[in-house]
Amino acid sequence: MTQLTGDQVRHIAKLARLQLTDAEVEKFAKELTSILQYVDMLQEVDTKNVQPTAQVTGQSNVFREDVIRRDGTSADSLLSCSPLPLADHQIVSPSAHG
Amino acid sequence: MDSSMTIAEAHDKLAHREVSSTELVQACIDRIEKVDGTLNAVVYRNFDKALDQAKKVDSAGKFDHPLTGIPYLVKDVYCEEGVQTTACSNVLREKNYIPPFDSTTSKRLKAVGAISIGKTNTDEFTMGASTETSCYGVTRNPWDTTRVAGGSSGGSAAGVAAGEGIFALGTDTGGSIRQPAAFCGITGLRVTYGRTSRYGVMSMGSSIDTIGPLCRNVEDLCIVTQAIAGKDPLDATTGDVPVPDYRSELKKGVKGLRVGIPKEYFLEGMNAEVEASVKAATEVFKKLGATVIDISLPHTKYATATYYVICPCAVSSNMARYDGIRYGHTADKPQNLLEYYECVRSTGFGAEVKRRIMIGTYALSAGYVDQYYRQAQKVRTLIKKDFDDAFRTVDVIVSPVSPTPAFTIGAHDANPIDMYLEDIFLTSQVMAGIPALSVPCGFSKAQGSVPALPLGLQIMGAQWQEATILRAAHAYEQATEWHMKKPVL
Repeated sequence: MTQLTGDQVRHIAKLARLQLTDAEVEKFAKELTSILQYVDMLQEVDTKNVQPTAQVTGQSNVFREDVIRRDGTSADSLLSCSPLPLADHQIVSPSAHG
Repeated sequence: MDSSMTIAEAHDKLAHREVSSTELVQACIDRIEKVDGTLNAVVYRNFDKALDQAKKVDSAGKFDHPLTGIPYLVKDVYCEEGVQTTACSNVLREKNYIPPFDSTTSKRLKAVGAISIGKTNTDEFTMGASTETSCYGVTRNPWDTTRVAGGSSGGSAAGVAAGEGIFALGTDTGGSIRQPAAFCGITGLRVTYGRTSRYGVMSMGSSIDTIGPLCRNVEDLCIVTQAIAGKDPLDATTGDVPVPDYRSELKKGVKGLRVGIPKEYFLEGMNAEVEASVKAATEVFKKLGATVIDISLPHTKYATATYYVICPCAVSSNMARYDGIRYGHTADKPQNLLEYYECVRSTGFGAEVKRRIMIGTYALSAGYVDQYYRQAQKVRTLIKKDFDDAFRTVDVIVSPVSPTPAFTIGAHDANPIDMYLEDIFLTSQVMAGIPALSVPCGFSKAQGSVPALPLGLQIMGAQWQEATILRAAHAYEQATEWHMKKPVL
């Protein structure tokens, strides 16, 4: 039966870009374990020769004409949603290197 | 003026100049101001803009479309140009995200003159079945304010039930329209996946999200669905399938309709009142000339587990965009970009969102993707096949919406799985991409301090067959009076 350790929870949180306190790690280890144990019931289903479903109404490869639309939202109005400073039509984010 | 009228009634009054759109909007505003301090259904009030629009509609004086001049409420995940939209999450609330564009649905409703008067409460990013995970606090059920309104479209359902808007828009990923509609004694439609456009509505599970209406009766569901359904070039998953005239389909009645009763939805030890209400509804269908047939949907018990793999996997991907760069919450003085992301996300997201992000991240991580995600997608195929098989012998399938009536606030705080199991009758349809609706089918018995609470009947149809389930629900509604009952506030 699936059982998540605190270290595994810390690793998952790191992958998901979340910081957890020790108390949260303990709480989530318990809760995520119980969720995973619940969904473990899927392992008992025989799915040999069953294709996975990703798109349920059977669509695939939906194409459109490659034309420029002028009626969309302007770049400036989208940029203005950022909480960070702007410079020369770019968002100034914290440095990746510290 | 009583604001708890149907769209059809309101349109009739507008068309005959018995009431103006401004008066109608004002009646809803008055109602919100009177009861929403208790309910907490409306998290953003857009009154000035709504009154402006109503004046314009009144001076134009044309009420050709049934939605022209009709005030409605919209779940706080639909983007409306210039109107703050927060998904009831601190990750967007702090900086009051104001989208510079309209969702396709908002645009379509605007085009026919419907008037959005407020944003409704929801579980954070629609993740929940009770509206308790909202950063604005819980929405209370108009029938008993110690109970939840359901979720995640709890604000929309409570708002319509209480007369705060003539109709409302919600989203249904794992039951989020049907369950709150049932808990609040109104009707709600989950459409076929791709029947309505998801463009401009914040995503939770992209392969399962649907957007749709919550209304006072089935005819109103038809009117709203008519206005919002159909192919949208901005959402490639919308189907290029003709949209029938839903209201005229209602006239066909249910004589000869084959109604399936799936044995897997009637569990040993289930709530007796819920079971009895659905059994009584099947008798109504028989009296109306329908044929009732026992059927089996063998993979039903796996649907909720399938949902709680596929949905969190999508969540872990969809929530990645909330990184504090392009919109929303921000953080002070991080050492570097990684720390910035972590700080923004950890302080911005609530516990249920974090749980789903982490479950999804785990299920999609190297070494587990076949065991969880791929296996869930294969079980999804089997669940869909159950319905394909069933719809060869029946036209609609009926079941309860929820295992119980509305539960008390805080009842599922201790264990997230208990909340997940609220969706047990609502996730199979999601996996199969089929339409399903909830229509009032009775009340629990009042007991001591607990008043009578509404119960919901679920009616499901094959993909793209909204017209069939609306027709069945309308016939049922005409034969019963449950939908006429209104909560006293």
